[in-house]
Amino acid sequence: MTTTESTPPTQSADRDDEGRGSDVSGAEIRLDGVTKRYPGQKAAAVDNLSLTIPAGEIVMFVGPSGCGKTTSLKMINRLIEPTSGTILIDDNDVRRQNADELRRHVGYVIQGGSLFPHMTVAKNIALVPKLLGWEQDRIDKRVDELLDLVSLDPGRYRARYPRELSGGQQQRVGVARGLAADPPVILMDEPFGAVDPITRQRLQDELLSIQRELRKTIVCVTHDIDEAIKLGDRILILQEGARIAQYDVPEVILASPANDFVADFVGAGSSLKQLSLARISELELRTPTTATIGEAASEVRSRAESNKDTAVVVLDERNRPRGWPWLRQLKGESIVEPTEDLVSLDHRATLNDALDTMLTNSHGGAVVTGDRDQYLGVVDFVAVTDHMRAMQEKANANAEKGAAEQEDHDPSQRVTAVGEQTDERPEPDREQQA
Amino acid sequence: MWDFIVDRKEQILINALNHAYLVILCVILATFIALALAVLVTRMPKLEPVANAVSAIGLTIPSFALVGLLLPVTGLGDGTALAAVTFYAVLPILRNAVVGLQGVDANLLESARGMGMSNVASLLRVRIPLAWPVILAGIRISLQMSMGIAAIAAYVLGPGLGVSIFTGLAQIGGKNAVSYAAVGTVGIVIVALLLDALLLLAGRLTTSKGIRV
Repeated sequence: MTTTESTPPTQSADRDDEGRGSDVSGAEIRLDGVTKRYPGQKAAAVDNLSLTIPAGEIVMFVGPSGCGKTTSLKMINRLIEPTSGTILIDDNDVRRQNADELRRHVGYVIQGGSLFPHMTVAKNIALVPKLLGWEQDRIDKRVDELLDLVSLDPGRYRARYPRELSGGQQQRVGVARGLAADPPVILMDEPFGAVDPITRQRLQDELLSIQRELRKTIVCVTHDIDEAIKLGDRILILQEGARIAQYDVPEVILASPANDFVADFVGAGSSLKQLSLARISELELRTPTTATIGEAASEVRSRAESNKDTAVVVLDERNRPRGWPWLRQLKGESIVEPTEDLVSLDHRATLNDALDTMLTNSHGGAVVTGDRDQYLGVVDFVAVTDHMRAMQEKANANAEKGAAEQEDHDPSQRVTAVGEQTDERPEPDREQQA
Repeated sequence: MWDFIVDRKEQILINALNHAYLVILCVILATFIALALAVLVTRMPKLEPVANAVSAIGLTIPSFALVGLLLPVTGLGDGTALAAVTFYAVLPILRNAVVGLQGVDANLLESARGMGMSNVASLLRVRIPLAWPVILAGIRISLQMSMGIAAIAAYVLGPGLGVSIFTGLAQIGGKNAVSYAAVGTVGIVIVALLLDALLLLAGRLTTSKGIRV
């Protein structure tokens, strides 16, 4: 089931290039002239959609509601049968396979996780492996492995029921369930739509880190352009009838939208949106004075004073940040566990998320953590604004260059992605065609 | 009264057991019939009004009348009792099963399909387990109702505590008339309460902890 696919020669995402091509476990998906027409409706829900989704990439389908993005997604695992056209996964026509069999080899994650409330977390995750007839030993091992992968302690959560989990945890289990049988392709339908913004940000970061490891082909539907920019290696912007408005890497979509529709959809402040493309790990972190719980307060104070710091980051014995008190808050003889609730940032978080956290922090900065919550340093406004300025300059330079080369920007991709579609076709014309 | 009971305790016990046996058998039979019909209804939504009408109108047929109608077909005895009680027992279960099965979140069903569950698997492992509390409520109603109906079935020589009631009615004015009727009636109530408690226990054991209220 695990296939190694070569990435098609497109102007594949330059970012995230580390490790590319090494362990791609995803499969290429090709849609060719796919049309879905519902009986009794004049216009087709999906009208002659052709595109190639390269193996191992995250492709985001975005567009206004009713544009056919979800219909397009569901045709890939045949939850909706196309009226005409072909869909190939790894060069196999999905319609030649038994639908149930096909779906067992395509992960499917929907909003809120859609866990079965009458089954435990472990049973939910084990569903597809069971359908595939795995042995119980292997299933048990796989469940634990997956819970670990989505940052849930197997011992604590295995036997719980979905209603005993928070929304974010349910969604994590939903992702684990989608990954259970190690499918090369995973379809996600608004996966993080039902959780609060902070949890959503965490889940997105986790998905990216999981993807860095697994390199699946992920097709994800969202209505949130910011989510698309953050997660997507490529973004497919759809207009009504699933006509492709633009299909490209996020940088290009932000810097040079193909038409007014895309420009409108991406919305104002595209330089602000560029913040979602940069990660904290690209910034230089500040390293203020740190203290370990249990250390003598006087020592810490003198260390901070010699560093000219007015606050110290308190770490626990496993190097995880616990608090960020001001010096004057250090009472008593030794450092105790701070009572405040420290909001730290994962180093994979975007600059957008970073600014958000920093704005609510009295230090005007945020504590950054790495894998397993290890302390890395502190990020502040200056670092972000410096980076923004540099990015802006780069984007401007690119846009100028891009405008000049617009014509043959990337012929191979334009052909597969945009097809014969002419952008500003008037509405009535399209309906006749439908 | 007490002497009456002590004198006839074996017969009363046998009647009570027969009564319980008849009702349990009918309700189990009815559960399978109702579930099969409900599944059919959920697959063919056009049938839903039909099912609802049948389960509503069916309950308005007087049980005496139905027993009378069945007589030419099934004759005197246990067969008629079984058929009549089962007929009534199906109705509340059918109504609840239709409501319960249709009440299962469409997202969950799509999720099941999206994971490659066949229709049968999705029915047995998702739909019925999730609708089970509602179906179970129907079974409880059905059980209570069948207790009374089973008493009527004694009129056509069916088994159970109804025999005692009809014996009493036949000897109105006689010495033990009231005792017969009272023993039959109170006996039915006691058997009903016991079976209900059993069903409640069975319900707890068969309902997933994840959806128990």
